[in-house]
Amino acid sequence: MKELVVISGKGGTGKTSLVASFAALAKRAVLADCDVDAADLYLILKPHIQQREAFYGGKVAVIQPDQCTGCGLCMEKCRFGAITEHESPSDENQLVYSVDPIACEGCGVCYYICPEDAISLVETKAGEWFISETRYGPMVYAKLGIAAENSGKLVTVVRTNARRIANEQELDFIIVDGSPGTGCPVISSITGADLVLVVTEPTMSGHHDLTRVVDLTTHFKIPTLVCVNKWDINPSVCLAIQDWSEQHGVEVAGRIRYDNTVTKAQIAGKSIVEFGNGRISSEIKTLWRRIEEKLR
Amino acid sequence: MKVAITAKGNDLKSEVEPRFGRCQWFLLVDIDTNEVEVIDNTENVNRAGGAGIGATELIASKGAEALITGHCGPNAFTTLNAAGIKVFLGGQGRVEEMLEKLKKGELQAVEAPDVKGHW
Amino acid sequence: MSSESRIVMTIAVASGKGGTGKTTIATNLAAVFASRGCTTAYVDCDVEAPNGHIFLKPKIAQSWTSGVPTPKIDAEKCDGCGECGKICQFSAIVVIKGKVLTFPDLCHGCGGCSLVCPMHAIEEVEHEIGTVEVGLSGEIKYIAGRLRIGEAMSPPLIRAVKLEIPSDSIVLIDSPPGTSCPMIEAVRGADYVVLVTEPTPFGLNDLKLAVETVRELSRPFGVVINQCDIGDSQVEAYCRKEEIPILEQIPHDRSVAEDYSRGHLLVESSKDMRAYFNRLADKVLAANRESSTSKSASL
Repeated sequence: MKELVVISGKGGTGKTSLVASFAALAKRAVLADCDVDAADLYLILKPHIQQREAFYGGKVAVIQPDQCTGCGLCMEKCRFGAITEHESPSDENQLVYSVDPIACEGCGVCYYICPEDAISLVETKAGEWFISETRYGPMVYAKLGIAAENSGKLVTVVRTNARRIANEQELDFIIVDGSPGTGCPVISSITGADLVLVVTEPTMSGHHDLTRVVDLTTHFKIPTLVCVNKWDINPSVCLAIQDWSEQHGVEVAGRIRYDNTVTKAQIAGKSIVEFGNGRISSEIKTLWRRIEEKLR
Repeated sequence: MKVAITAKGNDLKSEVEPRFGRCQWFLLVDIDTNEVEVIDNTENVNRAGGAGIGATELIASKGAEALITGHCGPNAFTTLNAAGIKVFLGGQGRVEEMLEKLKKGELQAVEAPDVKGHW
Repeated sequence: MSSESRIVMTIAVASGKGGTGKTTIATNLAAVFASRGCTTAYVDCDVEAPNGHIFLKPKIAQSWTSGVPTPKIDAEKCDGCGECGKICQFSAIVVIKGKVLTFPDLCHGCGGCSLVCPMHAIEEVEHEIGTVEVGLSGEIKYIAGRLRIGEAMSPPLIRAVKLEIPSDSIVLIDSPPGTSCPMIEAVRGADYVVLVTEPTPFGLNDLKLAVETVRELSRPFGVVINQCDIGDSQVEAYCRKEEIPILEQIPHDRSVAEDYSRGHLLVESSKDMRAYFNRLADKVLAANRESSTSKSASL
C-alpha cells in the first residue's frame, strides 16, 4: 500500500480537482481529505457517510462566575489576551472575568494560579470526522468546527483511519488531499508519506510558494514531484519553475493546460476525467501514470 | 528486563505498529518471566502534539527498560534516552517474532532517531 | 489635506479557500488608498505563504527574527520536582527520572513552567519561529511575517507582525486562508472584513465557513466575487439569502491573469481594474462608516 499526498503551498492551484481525477483513475484507493480547513473533495465525490465521530481537540479554560472574586490574577498572567474583565451584573463595583474561548490556547496557567479554584480546563469539540463510501472507494474526511484549533491533530486522525482502511481492505493506494501553507496541518499531512505531488501554477506567487513547500518536503526527506497547472497562463514562468525544479532535483511530472472544463466539471459535481475526454483529461491521465510508476 | 513493543493489537500475535507515539497498544513483556502487560495508549494517540514524549512517560512509569518499534523521531528519542530506555527500531512482523529476535541478540539498539518529528 | 487622508481603519482581507485573490485584493486596495493620499499600510499575515511582496516590491528597511519564549533550565537550581511538567499542556517540558527536558518546537510560550517553578530555576529564552519585515513600497508601509520552514505554529508570528501595525493608517491585512487559528489571529480586531470568493461550488462551500467564522468573531463584513463570470450564480444567491453585501464582482480577464502571473499590480496595468478597485474602496469605507454609526448608536 502506497500513500500519495497532494499539496500546493499556495491555495487555489487546482489541487482538489486533480485529487478527484486521481481518485477516478486509481481504482483500489482510499481517499483522505486532509484539507480540513477547506474540505471540498466531498463536493465531487459525494460520499455516503457510514461512520461519524466527534473530534475533541485541545482544552479551554472556563471561569465559574459564582466562585470568581475578581482578583484579576488570571488576566495578568494570560499571555494570549484571552481573559476579559467586565462589571458584575449584580454589583457595579465588582469586576468579574471571563475567558474568550477563541483566543484561549488551553495552556492552563489561569487554572493553575487561580487562588479560588474558580477556573477549570475543559475539552472542546473541535470538529467531526467521517468514514464514508464513494463511487471511487472509501473516503475519510473531516470538518473542523468554526474557529477551532488543532487541525494538525485532526489531519492525523484522518490519515490514521485511511491507512487502517487501506490495510483492512488491502487497497493499493491512499490518496491524500493535503492542506495549503507550510505549517502544522501540512506537516501532519506529509510526514511518513511515500510521495508528495506539489501542484503549482505559473505565477510569481505559485513559484515562490513552491520553493517553500519543496524546502519542507526536503526537510522531511519525502520524494517529491511537481505539476504545473494552468501552465499556459504564463509559459515563461512555467519554464522558470521547470528550471528551478531541475536545479533542485525535483521532477516536473506533468503540465496541465488552463481549461474552463475544470470549473464546469466542478459545477456538475464530477471529476475532470469523468466529465469529458478533452486534452486536459489526457494530460491528467499521463500525469497519473507517472505518479503510479513512481509509487511502485 | 521489561521490553515495550508498539502493537496494532493487544496480544503477542499482533503486528508491530511502526509508529511509536501514536500506537494504539504497548505490550510490555518481561523477557525473563514472559509476563505480559497490555498498555492502552489512547491518551497519546489523541494528543495534539508531543505524543512520543507522552508515550515515553507512560512506558517509563510502567518500568520499561527497552522499546521495540518501527520508527522514532527526535523528541521521542531524546526523552527515551533520558529515561534510560534502549531503543530498537525497524520492528516489523508479529510482536512475538520481534521478541524472539531480541532474545537471540539479533536486534541492535540505535543511537539516533531515524525520522524527523511529526512522524 | 482631504478628510479621507486621515482615515484610520483596519480591513482584513480573508477567504475560506486559498487562491481566490486575497493578496490581489489586499495589495491593489492598498495601492488605491495610497494613491488617494491616505496613510496606508499593507500587512502580510499569511506567514506560511507570504506573497504580497511580489506585487508591492517593497524596500525592506528592517527585519528581525521573532520567536516564542521557551524555558531554559538552570541545572544548579533545579531539584527535579516535576511541577513544570505538570502544568505544561503541550509536552514542551517534561521531567523524566529527575531530568528536565525541554522541546522548544512544542512550546506555546505561556510561561506556566517558569511561573510554577518553586526553585526559580527557569529562565525564558526566545525560540525563533520566523522573521518580521518592515519596509516601504512607494507611500505604502509594508509589514510582513515569514514562518521558518518546518515550524508548525504561526499564530505567535502573526501576533508579532500585528504589533507593528501603525495606529494612524488605513491598514490592509492579508489573512491566511481557512478558518482555523492562523486566520482567526489575523482577522481578530479588524474593523471590517472583506471575504474574497469565486463563483464555484468549492468557492461557495469555503465562503460559508468563512462567513460563519467572521460572524463568530462579530466582525462586519462583505464579499467580493472574483472571476465572477467563470462559474455559476450560487454564491450570489447565497449572499442575497443571507443578506450579505456583495461589494464588488470582478470579471475574469485573461490579460489580468497574465499581469498577476508576472507580479504586476492590476490597478497600475489596467484602467478597468483601477475602476473596480476604486469602487471597492468607496464601498468598504461606506460600510465602515455605517457599522461605526450603528455601533455608536447602540452604545
